[in-house]
Amino acid sequence: MAGALEPQAQVNSGSGWLILRDLVLAAVVVILIWLGLGILRSETMLSGLGPFVGKLVQALVALAVGVVGIWALFIVVNSLVEYLPARATNAIRPFVFVLPAIAVVSLYLVFPAVGTIIQSFTEVPEGEGLLYNYAQAFSDPKLLLALRNNAIWLVLAPAGALLIGLTFAGLVDRIKREALAKIFIFLPLCISGAGAAVIWRFVYEWRPPGRPQIGILNAIVTLFGGDPIPWLQEIPTNTLALVVVMIWLQAGFAMVILSAAIKGVPTELVEAARIDGAGEFQTFVRVVLPSIRGSMITVFTTIAIAVLKVFDIVYVTTNGNFDTDVIANRMFNEMFRFRNFGFATALAVILFLAVVPIMVVNVRNLRQQGIGV
Amino acid sequence: MTAETASAGAAPSLANVSQDATRVPGEPKSRSWLVRALVLVIAVAWTVPTAGLLISSLRPEVDVSGTGWWTIFAHPFELTQFTVANYERVLTAEGLFGAFINSLIVTIPATVIPITLAAFAAYGFAWTRFRGRSFLFAIVVGLLVVPLQMSLVPLLRLYGNYDLVGTFVGVWLAHTGFGLPLAIYLLYNYISQLPKDIFESAYIDGATPFTAFTRLVLPLSFPAIASFAIFQFLWVWNDLLVSLVFLGTNPDVAVLTARVSQLVGSRGAAWHLLTAGAFVSMVVPLIVFLALQRFFVRGLLAGSVKG
Repeated sequence: MAGALEPQAQVNSGSGWLILRDLVLAAVVVILIWLGLGILRSETMLSGLGPFVGKLVQALVALAVGVVGIWALFIVVNSLVEYLPARATNAIRPFVFVLPAIAVVSLYLVFPAVGTIIQSFTEVPEGEGLLYNYAQAFSDPKLLLALRNNAIWLVLAPAGALLIGLTFAGLVDRIKREALAKIFIFLPLCISGAGAAVIWRFVYEWRPPGRPQIGILNAIVTLFGGDPIPWLQEIPTNTLALVVVMIWLQAGFAMVILSAAIKGVPTELVEAARIDGAGEFQTFVRVVLPSIRGSMITVFTTIAIAVLKVFDIVYVTTNGNFDTDVIANRMFNEMFRFRNFGFATALAVILFLAVVPIMVVNVRNLRQQGIGV
Repeated sequence: MTAETASAGAAPSLANVSQDATRVPGEPKSRSWLVRALVLVIAVAWTVPTAGLLISSLRPEVDVSGTGWWTIFAHPFELTQFTVANYERVLTAEGLFGAFINSLIVTIPATVIPITLAAFAAYGFAWTRFRGRSFLFAIVVGLLVVPLQMSLVPLLRLYGNYDLVGTFVGVWLAHTGFGLPLAIYLLYNYISQLPKDIFESAYIDGATPFTAFTRLVLPLSFPAIASFAIFQFLWVWNDLLVSLVFLGTNPDVAVLTARVSQLVGSRGAAWHLLTAGAFVSMVVPLIVFLALQRFFVRGLLAGSVKG
């Protein structure tokens, strides 16, 4: 924590006019923000401008309210606070800085999360007990299947990304044009799950035997004389095929973190190992790997959390059909397809409970590395 | 453990991250063909899926459905085999141009607003002292753990009551709320590391905490702000879940990811359109990413836990 400093008390040789001016300014700012929000909310006001211009105006108003408005609010509130006695000023001012963010976070995360937990117990059919949604969840074979799939993802995706990322980081460290080579692994990191889903659906595209295969994977299979495989329909290949998409997306993240860690291994350690006669590979396994253990845990846990919440890849490729469902996709379908909100909240809580232990490992590991929270 | 602190210790300050090759010290640049071959194999394997998409998006419908995209390499310089017709079609008839505009309209405010709020808050947590500071900050950090799925149902109901479902305001605020904990956390890590002396001398010169924030903290925090901005921009642009839940698939407001996923549902076999559509949705992140890679890498190293 950074030490706090007490600024010198400001002396506002307070003329009443100045206070009045600032009060009026404050009122004006609040009214303008209110008007801006009104414009944003009203559809009729902007529809006369045509769809395109209307949207553009809306976005500009949003930026004005969101940036200029917030700034103006901070400025006027801050100047008003300074008219208070010095002690009160110093006591209240910090809240001017933190409260707006705290308010938004409370509204969007704290209260809804509490609400979700409560509703998961209370939103049950007439006459059912508090645990109804959970009992339903754990007796639903399709949901158990989704949980099993999440477990498969949880083991394979982080491990696969870690392995590829580590291999690549270790190898690329010793070639020229390192930065260029890295870009190729790194690039998928900026591709959306939906985009990746389309890319890989195309890779996995299946045509009946005898017809030309336009998916590259089945083209390779048939080239070697095999029968084309319906990668996304065949159980259990399809879940593995989806995990590959996740590995493809996340390997770049693993590589970046691990590459930085490898470069941080002290020269003396590596040199000492080499002088003792260890080969390149042995040095890597015996010296470099143990010293980057913390970074490896970071990579694994971070990807594991992303994997537990995975939604878009599954939603766009199979939408959970053919036994590929995962919990986040099921939750979405419970909400929108079945309007089954009580059940959806129970699924959210299950997801949350699965994430927490991994996050604890993650944070504890970061602390050990000196990234204290 | 020294290695850990060297690599990870650099992270919170968001500084000293060099992208350049400094290989394992003491090792000569290996000329081993095996190393190079392995690097090449992985790099090719990682690029082929995207390359296939891009090439197919430029081929006429009959070619895409009739032959594999790799067949163009038989005569790669024959430009007549390429066409931009698929792009014309998805941008106009399939409505992706509108979705593109919607994505921009959603993403820019949803990036700028959280940064503004987070910068104020991070400064407040780092450099002012008040009752409940540790408690409030612990809550913000603790919220990094909470999957945004935990918020969806109650928020959706709240939005229903206030007619916010399907509006840009609703989705801007949602992305702001979901992005704030990480934004505050990252900016706090950076801002709290600024040297104490600069604040002391500023206060002696009569600065208020507010002027110290605007004149000192904001300019000095530019690298951290840029990192988070890129992070949030890519996150919002690529998001499907939040936009499906709060914005929906109405063409007036639907963003690119939502339209592309709809296209998969309605035209799952029309690969000439799907490939072009997917590429339209990827082009902005690719440009942002390639142009601002350094900041992005810093952001990644500083922490990548997100709702």
